[in-house]
Amino acid sequence: METLVAVAIGAMTAAGVYLLLRLRTFPVVLGLSMLSYAVNVFIFASGRLVPGLPPILGHAETMTDPLPQALVLTAIVISFGMTALTVILALGSYLNAGTDAIDIEKPGEQPETGR
Amino acid sequence: MSLALIAALPFLGALLPGLMIRSGRNVCATTTFATTALALIGILLLAPQVMAGGVVIERYEWLPQLGLNISFMLDGLGLLFSVLILGIGLLIITYARFYLSKSDPMGNFYTYLLLFQGAMVGIVLSDNILLLLIFWELTSLSSFLLIGYWRHLPEGRQGARMALAVTGMGGLAMIGGMLILGQIAGSYDISVILQHGEAIRAHDLYVPALILILLGAFTKSAQFPFHFWLPHAMAAPTPVSAYLHSATMVKAGLFLMARLWPALSGTPEWFWLVSGAGLITMVLGAVIALFKDDLKALLAFSTVSHLGLITMLLGLGTEYAAVAAVFHIINHATFKAALFMTAGIVDHEAHTRNIRLLGGLRRLMPVTFTIGTIAALSMAGIPLFNGFLSKEMMLEAAHDTGTWFAVLATAGAVFSVAYSFRFVVHTFLGPVRESYPGKPHDPGFGMWVSPALLAVLVVLIGLFPQQTVGPVVEVIAGAVTGGHPHVHLALWHGVTPALIMSAIAVAGGLVFLGLQRSLAPVWDAAPRPEAKAIFDAIVEALARIAKAFTDTFQDGAISRYLAVFTVVVVAYGGWAFWGQGAGFAPGAREQLPVGPVELVFFTLLIVGTAGVVAVHRQRFISLIVISIVGLVVSLTFVQFSAPDLALTQLTVEVVTVILLLLALNYLPKETPVESAPGRRIRDGVIALVAGGGIGALAYAILTRDMSLPTIADYHVANSYTGGGGNNVVNVILVDFRGFDTMGEISVLGIAALIIFALVEVILHGPASRRLLNWKPELPQAFDRHPLMMVVATRVALPIALTVGVFIFLRGHNQPGGGFIAGLVVAIALLMQYMASGFAWSQARQKFDYHGVISLGVLIAVLTGTASLILGWNFLTSSNVHVHIWPLDDIHLASAAAFDLGVFLTVVGAVMLALASLSRIGRRAGEGVNLTAMDINPRDNAEEGR
Repeated sequence: METLVAVAIGAMTAAGVYLLLRLRTFPVVLGLSMLSYAVNVFIFASGRLVPGLPPILGHAETMTDPLPQALVLTAIVISFGMTALTVILALGSYLNAGTDAIDIEKPGEQPETGR
Repeated sequence: MSLALIAALPFLGALLPGLMIRSGRNVCATTTFATTALALIGILLLAPQVMAGGVVIERYEWLPQLGLNISFMLDGLGLLFSVLILGIGLLIITYARFYLSKSDPMGNFYTYLLLFQGAMVGIVLSDNILLLLIFWELTSLSSFLLIGYWRHLPEGRQGARMALAVTGMGGLAMIGGMLILGQIAGSYDISVILQHGEAIRAHDLYVPALILILLGAFTKSAQFPFHFWLPHAMAAPTPVSAYLHSATMVKAGLFLMARLWPALSGTPEWFWLVSGAGLITMVLGAVIALFKDDLKALLAFSTVSHLGLITMLLGLGTEYAAVAAVFHIINHATFKAALFMTAGIVDHEAHTRNIRLLGGLRRLMPVTFTIGTIAALSMAGIPLFNGFLSKEMMLEAAHDTGTWFAVLATAGAVFSVAYSFRFVVHTFLGPVRESYPGKPHDPGFGMWVSPALLAVLVVLIGLFPQQTVGPVVEVIAGAVTGGHPHVHLALWHGVTPALIMSAIAVAGGLVFLGLQRSLAPVWDAAPRPEAKAIFDAIVEALARIAKAFTDTFQDGAISRYLAVFTVVVVAYGGWAFWGQGAGFAPGAREQLPVGPVELVFFTLLIVGTAGVVAVHRQRFISLIVISIVGLVVSLTFVQFSAPDLALTQLTVEVVTVILLLLALNYLPKETPVESAPGRRIRDGVIALVAGGGIGALAYAILTRDMSLPTIADYHVANSYTGGGGNNVVNVILVDFRGFDTMGEISVLGIAALIIFALVEVILHGPASRRLLNWKPELPQAFDRHPLMMVVATRVALPIALTVGVFIFLRGHNQPGGGFIAGLVVAIALLMQYMASGFAWSQARQKFDYHGVISLGVLIAVLTGTASLILGWNFLTSSNVHVHIWPLDDIHLASAAAFDLGVFLTVVGAVMLALASLSRIGRRAGEGVNLTAMDINPRDNAEEGR
């Protein structure tokens, strides 16, 4: 099972990085989301994979490590804030500049039309 | 008066001139004067203690872990310099009041002056070298403001920049040197460092530390080869030149060398570096000064020369030379400040400082002439004036050192006599000219009183050295050398070698004065390196390199930064695996079995991930696909005992998708193919390597047991007893790590406020026009607010809110809590917006979301503060069990109040973000409905009747 989770983390990271390197805002936002998934699962998994022992007192004799869960919980909410902010930035720059390309054209080069 | 207060006085006083200038220039100057006088009185009150051989020390802890303390010390050396800084400061303040013209902003001037004064006093009173460094940098900054005071003059601006660049660079080097010094001595306190002289000099790092510290001292005190900035700083108003460049700032380097003399001096390195630089500077400055036609430039180079003289004396390392150095610091401050002010008066009245246009002023300006002559004769080293005494001592010290020193010191003295005489002869003597650029006459009392007082001092010290300053010099020299030198200052020592050298100097000086007019063309024609050109070339070259570097790495292509960033991180990770010879190795922990369900979800996740990449150009579809990934992630949390995470992920997923859908409405619906195949392959390789690395790391971690016991054991053990809750994750969030959470909800709130602000900007910027002409790309729904949805969401609202409250209340003991409850309630409200539109919902919205966010953060902070008031640490929670019939046992923890803050912030932030987005929609001309539905079924029914 651990192998599968590790592969999943790797796959989500790879997808996130690839999308992050695209040239338009929207794929970059998607890439950030993918990376957030990967990072959250990664941190969560650092508490090791323990099925059926939630960190609730009185549920069972032992429990899984609650600390990574607490860290990831806030990370999930914060990453929503970050995504929202990035989306508004993307929207603002598109509406202002008329293009959603993330790179600034060098002077002298023709701005790309995007289609 | 407390030393810290004395050091702080000028800084506090610096707040006043800017205000007082409104009451007039006299009030402004008087306030400044009073501040400085107060500080001077404070020092003088402590003087008897120091003169009796005591040292005043004051310590306040600031960052003791770093060795950085606010410690002040007043010994003989500090006393001398603080009296010089504040005393001459008083004279300069008086002089400047009459020097500055009506168009000069006087409030600014006195503010800068007091800032500078405070920084200087701080330097000389510091007992901690880190504190000293802070004040040292402050002098660089405040002198920049003073030198560039006339900001309309390009010379002023350039001179200020050059001074800042050179002294700032030296200051940086000095930081390094001081840190090394502190590490060697094991303390940053000067009093401790001075006691470890032998250990410091024997240390391997002595030479680097020495060189770095001397770089700081030499740049500040304009020693060769850093002497070039001082003449350019003469573009400043004359009061600034008189203050900074005679008595204070340029003496800071000397002060530092004197201060650290017991720790650093006495080695061959010290001798050659310090006295060598000093000797070269002394001769070079004197020669250049002779050929300068600008009075202030002449004085500037003479200052360079005299600073070299004092540096040389400090470098010799003998007690006698140190006494001479201290004595000359006093004498130079008196006559040079007087000379600068004289030059300023001439400039002020004759409207030129060019010697070639002057001459014969003694009849027109008799008072100025008298003052200037006394000071200049002292500078030349003529008997009966104080400059003579210290120069004799210098010549004797040079004579005792060796032949070459004697010869070069005499040469320096020759030129010194020549330019001093030239200052008097070519300005004041000779026939009265028919015309001057201005109408020269003696200025008012206020302007000549300051230099006159200094001239009186020059004569008094010159005639009665032992009676006036003898004991003072003894105490100061004792502070510099760390010993008890016997000082006897006298006018007449008999016919000594020094007296003969002096006589040669006067005779030679007269010869060079006579030859000056004929030598000047030769000097001007002689090729020599021009310091300003070299400096400008270096600055330009550096700027070019920096620009090339920036243009390469910051060319506006964010995709490039991200690629560079990713590659660096991956490379660093790879180095961590293999770089230290450890290599990658999976652990031996037994793996969990894989069931068919897990396999299905794993496949779903991989397909989803690949799908997002594959279809990312079709933006709507990619959104749907990415939510599959999010769903599987939530299920992963369910599977591995993290119910709180699963709930959070699920709810966040919902709001994120809604947010992205809303945004996508105004963004292009497809991503064009832009990058070349090569680039895509490159990005793919980067992505695969990064993913592989992270995956491998995760695998290595997951297949090992924890090497140390988890700190969560503490949380688990104390969750119920300390935090009053059974849900350890929630207790960690609101109690153990409540401070973290408080920061996080603040960040969330701020993010939402930024979103709101950005939308304001979008709505009022050029984007506004684009929005007003918006044409929807996709076909719009005919019925935007369908009956079924409206009814369903209305019915769902109370249920959803109840669920939210339930999740909130049970959160402390069961999965749930403020974060999740906030998200659930936010979704419930969002459904109303989706069903009936923004305007309808907003009209029923009683509270501002800004207010909700602030209330949330406020509640969280107040909960923490309450425990502070009760005498516990911030955010300590307490809990009670309450029985209220007919309800069950209710467990009230103060953490629940904190959680309420979290809940409100989350609701407010999510709603504000989405509501802001919908404002864009309204600007884009979407219909605004004030009724719940587009088509009211009742209207139809009535029509049908």
